[in-house]
Amino acid sequence: MKVSLSWLKEYIDVDINVNDLANALTMAGLEVEAVSDRYDYLNSVVIGRLAKIDPHPNADKLKLCRVDIGDRIITVVCGAPNVKNDMLAPLAIPGTCFPKGTILEKSIIRGEISEGMLCSEMELGLSANSDGIMELGRNYSVGFPLNKALGLSDPVFEIDLTPNRPDCLSIIGTAREIAAFEKKKVTYPKICLPESFDDISDYTSVTIMAPELCPRYAASLVFNITVGPSPFWLQDRLVSVGLKPINNIVDITNFVMMESGQPLHAFDFDRLAENRIVVRTAGEGEAFITLDGKERPLDPEMLMICDGKKPIALAGVMGGLNSEIEDSTTKILLESAYFDPVCIRKTSKKTGLNTDASHRFERGVDPKGTITALNRATQLIAEIGGGKLIKGTIDEYQNTFTDRMIDFSVTALNRRLGTRLDINDIENHLKSIEFEVDKIGNDRLQVIPPSCRVDITRFEDITEEIARLFGYNNIQTTFPLIPAEARHPSKKIESRNRIKCLMTGLGFNEAINYSFISKLSCDRLNFEPGDKKRQMVDVLNPLSEEQSAMRTSLIPGLLETMKYNISVQNKNLKLFEIGNVFFDTGQKDSLPDEVEMLAGLWTGKRVDTVWFSREFNCDFYDLKGVIEGLFGNLDIVNINFTRMPPASCFYTKPGFTAQVIVKDKYIGLIGELHPKVLSNYDLKQTAFIFELNFDRLINHMPGTKSVSPIPKFPATSRDITLIVDNDIEANNILQSVTDLNEELVENLYLFDVFEGDPIPAGRKSISFRITYRSSSETLEDSRVNNLHKSISDRLLKKIDATLPTV
Amino acid sequence: MEKTIEQIKEEVLKELEAASDSESIKALSVRYLGRKGVVTQYLRNISNLPKESRPEAGKKANQTKKKLDELFKKALKQLASSSYETNNRIDVSLPGRVTRRGSLHPITQITQQICDIFIRMGFDVAEGPEVETDYYNFEALNIPKNHPARDMQDTFYISDNIVLRTHTSPVQPRIMEKQKPPVRIIAPGKVYRCDSDLTHTPMFHQIEGLLVDENVSFGDLKGVLTTFVHQIFDPETSLRFRPSFFPFTEPSAEVDIRCVICKGDGCRVCSHTGWLEVIGAGMVHPAVFENVGYDTTCYTGFAFGMGVERIAMLKYGIDDIRRYFENDLRFLRQF
Repeated sequence: MKVSLSWLKEYIDVDINVNDLANALTMAGLEVEAVSDRYDYLNSVVIGRLAKIDPHPNADKLKLCRVDIGDRIITVVCGAPNVKNDMLAPLAIPGTCFPKGTILEKSIIRGEISEGMLCSEMELGLSANSDGIMELGRNYSVGFPLNKALGLSDPVFEIDLTPNRPDCLSIIGTAREIAAFEKKKVTYPKICLPESFDDISDYTSVTIMAPELCPRYAASLVFNITVGPSPFWLQDRLVSVGLKPINNIVDITNFVMMESGQPLHAFDFDRLAENRIVVRTAGEGEAFITLDGKERPLDPEMLMICDGKKPIALAGVMGGLNSEIEDSTTKILLESAYFDPVCIRKTSKKTGLNTDASHRFERGVDPKGTITALNRATQLIAEIGGGKLIKGTIDEYQNTFTDRMIDFSVTALNRRLGTRLDINDIENHLKSIEFEVDKIGNDRLQVIPPSCRVDITRFEDITEEIARLFGYNNIQTTFPLIPAEARHPSKKIESRNRIKCLMTGLGFNEAINYSFISKLSCDRLNFEPGDKKRQMVDVLNPLSEEQSAMRTSLIPGLLETMKYNISVQNKNLKLFEIGNVFFDTGQKDSLPDEVEMLAGLWTGKRVDTVWFSREFNCDFYDLKGVIEGLFGNLDIVNINFTRMPPASCFYTKPGFTAQVIVKDKYIGLIGELHPKVLSNYDLKQTAFIFELNFDRLINHMPGTKSVSPIPKFPATSRDITLIVDNDIEANNILQSVTDLNEELVENLYLFDVFEGDPIPAGRKSISFRITYRSSSETLEDSRVNNLHKSISDRLLKKIDATLPTV
Repeated sequence: MEKTIEQIKEEVLKELEAASDSESIKALSVRYLGRKGVVTQYLRNISNLPKESRPEAGKKANQTKKKLDELFKKALKQLASSSYETNNRIDVSLPGRVTRRGSLHPITQITQQICDIFIRMGFDVAEGPEVETDYYNFEALNIPKNHPARDMQDTFYISDNIVLRTHTSPVQPRIMEKQKPPVRIIAPGKVYRCDSDLTHTPMFHQIEGLLVDENVSFGDLKGVLTTFVHQIFDPETSLRFRPSFFPFTEPSAEVDIRCVICKGDGCRVCSHTGWLEVIGAGMVHPAVFENVGYDTTCYTGFAFGMGVERIAMLKYGIDDIRRYFENDLRFLRQF
C-alpha cells in the first residue's frame, strides 16, 4: 500500500525525517519496502527560457519556440496562446513520465521536430489550470529541474502490510501507528453533514437475506448531484497513492476508502428496480456482468447486492455494469457495509477478482466504522457533487458486534516476553494505540481493543502489541534453561551425512534435482505398463508439463542434469543424489509413500585427461567399484551382484545390469543405460547408473564393530589358472573354492581374466590366488602344495574346466 | 733441485683452480703424482740430499703428496656430485596423481552447518514428509482455509487435502503430537511453492526450529537466534528483530542482519535498506498448542524458520537461485 506524507499530515503532525519515519514504521511492524518521491518525474522537467518564437510554417495555431534550457537551446512546437519572448516556463524533456502515465517522446508535429514540451500546470499534475503553459516568475535559474526549483517534494511510503493488520490499510490507520510511537494524537476529519431533506425511509429500504454473510449494511441517498471530474485536490490525493481519478462520485468513495479503510460503493439510484436493496446469496447458475464488462458465473456461496429484481454488485468485490455511475446520473445510493471476510475471500478467489475493496473486506474492516465512513462520503458528495442530501441513513445491523474484553496478568505478559514492565507502562502503551484499559489490582488489566483491531482476540495478541510498542530490540536477550540431556542422533540423518561424504571421497559430486519431473519420464525411461514407478503423484497446478508429477525415481533428474552438463561441455560426470521418491497409494486424500533413494551416474572418462596414463572411458566395473567401496566403508558385508534377468531390465541394458543384493535382500540395481533411454533423452554418450533404496541400505549397516586378532604365523600363496566356458561367472568359481570349506584357505583373490589366443574360442582363462595360513603354525611347502593340488583337482571335477596346456 | 716442494704445491693449487672438468683434474693428478710425476720424481731425488736433511725433506714431501692426493679426490668428487645433481632429477612441477574428490552440494553444506550450530545448543534433528496434509501444513498451524495468510504461500496441490508442504513448519505439530515438552528440534528439508523467477524456485530448502518448555520467553528466542546468526555469519554481525506476522506465532518477528554485501550502506541485494531478512520467528501461538493438546497455561515456546538457499547465497555470493538446481559441474566443483 502507498501512503504519501502530505496526506498523512492531514491527520498527524509528523516532523521527523523521512528515513527515520520509514524505519520507525518498519520497526512497528509496517514494513516500508521503499520510499520514493512522487514528484521525481519533474526531475526531467526543466526551467526553460523562450529565446525566440516563430510561426509554425505549416500550422496557423502552432508556434516554433527556441527554448534555452541552460546547457543548450532546443526547438519545441507549442500551441499555447500565452507564449511570449523571454518568458520562463517548464519544459519537459523526452522520457518524462507524466502523472497520468504517458511518456513524452521526441516527435514531429506538422513536419517540424519538437524536442520537448512546454507544459501547463495541469499537464504537470500541479493544478487544474490548463489555460496555457505555466508561467514562472523571474527568480528561477534556467535549466534547473522544476521540482527542485519549486521545492516540490512528497515522499511516498510503499508499505508491505502483513495480513493481520487490515486496520492499517488506510492513511488514518497508518497515522494511528505513527501517533503511538511519536506520542502524538490523530486528528480525525470533522464530519458535519449539510442540511438534509425528506426522509430516506420514504425512498428506499435494505433487506438482508443472508445476515451471517452481511452482518451490517448501511446506505444513504444524495439527489440532484452532478457527475463530473473531481476537484484538483481530490484527484491529487488519489494520484499520490497510485489511484486513478475517474469522476467525482467514484473518486470520493475511493478517497474515503483510502482515508478510513472502509470500502464504499455508489449506485445509480434511478437504475435500481423498485429503488431498494436486497442482500442475498447468488442462485445456482446465475451470472452477472461486473463493472469491467466481464460476465461472471455465480454460485450460492457468493453474496450479491441486488435491487428489487436483479443483482447489481458482487458484494465487497466489484460493482455491476448495470448500476454504474454515469455522467447522466443524478441520484445516488451510497453503500457502506461489513461483509464476512471468508465469504469475500472465496468470491474473490473464485472470480479471480482481487480489488482494493475485496482486499480490505477479506482481511476484516472495522465493523464499527461503517457509519462514520458513510457520513464522511455523504458529506463530500454533497459538498463536491453539489447534491441534496436525503435525511437519515439506513443501518441494517441485526447482531451488533460486541467489544472483546481481554483480561490478563502483567506477570504472565512479562514472563512470555522476558521483560520486567510495570503495569503503568503497559497501560500507557495500550492507550497509545487507543485501547480502553482498566487496571484491576496490581497485576491485572482488562482491556478493550479498538473495533478496527480485528486481529486482537486474546492475551498473546496483547503481548505482541506490548513487544512492538516497547521495541523488539529493547527486550533483553536471554537463554532458555534446558536440561543437559544427551540424545541419540537419528541413524537416518547420521548415515545420510556419512554416505554423502563417502560419495564425495569416491569422486562424486552431489546434485540436487527438483522433486517434480515430467509425466513423460515414465515413457522416456521405458517403464513397463505395470511398473510401480508409473504410480506417480500428479501435481494439480504444476508450473509446467516438465514439472507436473512427483518423481518415482532419481534417474530422470540425473539424466536431465547430464544432458544439461553435456550441453555446456561438461562431458565427464560423476554425480550422485540422495532424495525422496513418491508413490501414489491409489487412495484419495492419503499421503503418498515417500521412499528415500541414493542414485549415481557416471559418464565419460574414467579420470580426467592426465599426463601419466592413457584415457579410458568409464565402464560397469568402475561404478561397481564405487558401490563396493561405499559398502566397504559402511562395513556392509555379504553384498552380491547378480545378473538382472533380461526381462526385468527396462532402462538399463540387459546383460549389463546387476541387482545389488545384501543378505538376500534386493537393495537396488546398477547398470549401463539402455540405448533407447539414451536416445529418448537425446544423449549421445553412454552412462552407467545405480539406484539404491536408502533405508534398506542403512539397515544393513552394523551398529557395532569387533576386531579380529592379527595372525601370528606367515601366510603362503599359490596361483591357479582355469580355462572355463565364457558364460561361467567368475564368482561361481570362487564360490566353489569357498564351498570346499578348507580351514587353511584364508583368502581368494582373482587377478586375471583373459580371452583370445591361445585360449580356444568360447572359453576364457581365469586366474586367482589362494592364500593359505594356519593359526597355529608356519605351514610347510609340501603341505601347501598337496592341499593346493587337491583343491585344484576337486575344482576340475566340480566345474567344466581345464588347466592351461602350457 | 730446481724447485722446492712448497713451490710445487703452489703450482698445483694454481692449476687445480683453473681445472674445470674431471679430465683435466685426472691429467693433473698423473702429471704430479703419477709414476713419472713431478712429486714422485721429487721424492726419488731426496736420496740425493745430504743425509741429515733427508728425513725432514722426505716427511714434508710425503705430507704434500698426501695432501695433494686428497685435494685431487675432493675436486673430482665435487665435480661428480654437482653433475649428479644437475643430471639426475624429475620435473617436480608435473601434476601429482590426484584422486579427485567430489563435492557436497552447497545446500547440503549449509544445512549441515546450520544443524550443527543448533545441535551444539542441544537441539535434535527431526524430519517430516514432503507431501503433506492440508491439516499439518495449514490448519494445525492456525491457518484456516480461506484465510488471507494462505496468500503468503503459493501452494502446489495434489488434491483438495494434500499439498506439497510450503514450509517445514508442519514438522512442529507432527513432533508435538508425539512428544511431551521439553521439545527442542530443528527440521531441515525440501519445501515447495508455486513460484518461479529470478529469486524463487518452485522447490527450495528450509530449516525449522522449535523449542517448548516451561517459562520460555521472547528474550530466549532472541538469545538463541542471536547466537545462531553470530555463528553462521560473523560474531560482529549486527541484527535486529522487528514485528511481523505468522499465523502460528504471537508475537511474530522477522530477524534482519546488516547486509553482508554493502555492510549497511544499501545495495541491490538488500533493496537499498541495508538489512537482509534471514529468519522468521516468534512465540508459538496458543492455538497451535491447543491443536496438539499442550497445556497453554503451562508451556510456552518459540519457533523459527529460515531459507537455506538464501543463507548460502549470502555466504557464498551466489547471485542466481536457479544455479542450485542446474547442477552445473563447474558450479558444484567450487564447493
